[in-house]
Amino acid sequence: MTFEIIMIISICLLIMSILANIYRVVKGPTSPDRVQALDSIGINLIASIAVFSVLLHTHAFFDLILLIGILSFVGTVAFARFLESGVVIVRKR
Amino acid sequence: MKSSDVILQVIAKIAFFVIVLFAVHLFFEGHYRPGGGFVGGLVTSCAVVLLLLAFDMKTVAKILPIDFKWVIGVGLLIATLTAAGAIVFDVPFFTHVYDYYQLPLVGEQSLHTAALFDLGVYLVVVGATMTIIQSIGESE
Repeated sequence: MTFEIIMIISICLLIMSILANIYRVVKGPTSPDRVQALDSIGINLIASIAVFSVLLHTHAFFDLILLIGILSFVGTVAFARFLESGVVIVRKR
Repeated sequence: MKSSDVILQVIAKIAFFVIVLFAVHLFFEGHYRPGGGFVGGLVTSCAVVLLLLAFDMKTVAKILPIDFKWVIGVGLLIATLTAAGAIVFDVPFFTHVYDYYQLPLVGEQSLHTAALFDLGVYLVVVGATMTIIQSIGESE
């Protein structure tokens, strides 16, 4: 019982962290701020899924953790490439 | 300005194989746990997209000399033949069979014809995603 309360408290803290990151996405003065805030939202989402799967006593979501990690990495690299050189995929280097 | 992407290229070379291995894992566990052909194909194309981001389109075409439009056709052919193979044995369309076999190295495993249909789904998803991304990337 106490364990579930601790898990729910940690989920609430992660949700507040995601909300703070959403404030940075909306308010961020430059584009790199927004990209970094989106990356941070992805990491907080991974932590939320881990805590949630502990709370639900299931290991069905463990693949989802790795999947969001990969997608967040590729998305951040694509955004960084777009901000740096204007194109995402270059034809010939 | 000529910029070098040494860190990104080294990371992409290592992470490509890890992501492809994870995609194979997702593909083969689809019968018993969450996963399957669709998400396996998407993760595989995600790995190729990481190579496209780190390198350029010519280099990736040299690494993977595959016309992805043919991959769609091969996947559809495998799925259709798996479904039509049931007619040969005088059972309804799309009937799947499975049995338990003693395989080398992995012991007793169940081999299911639904895995062949899933292989078709996997190839179609990889081909369609890579065709979309490459044709968008090539247009100026």
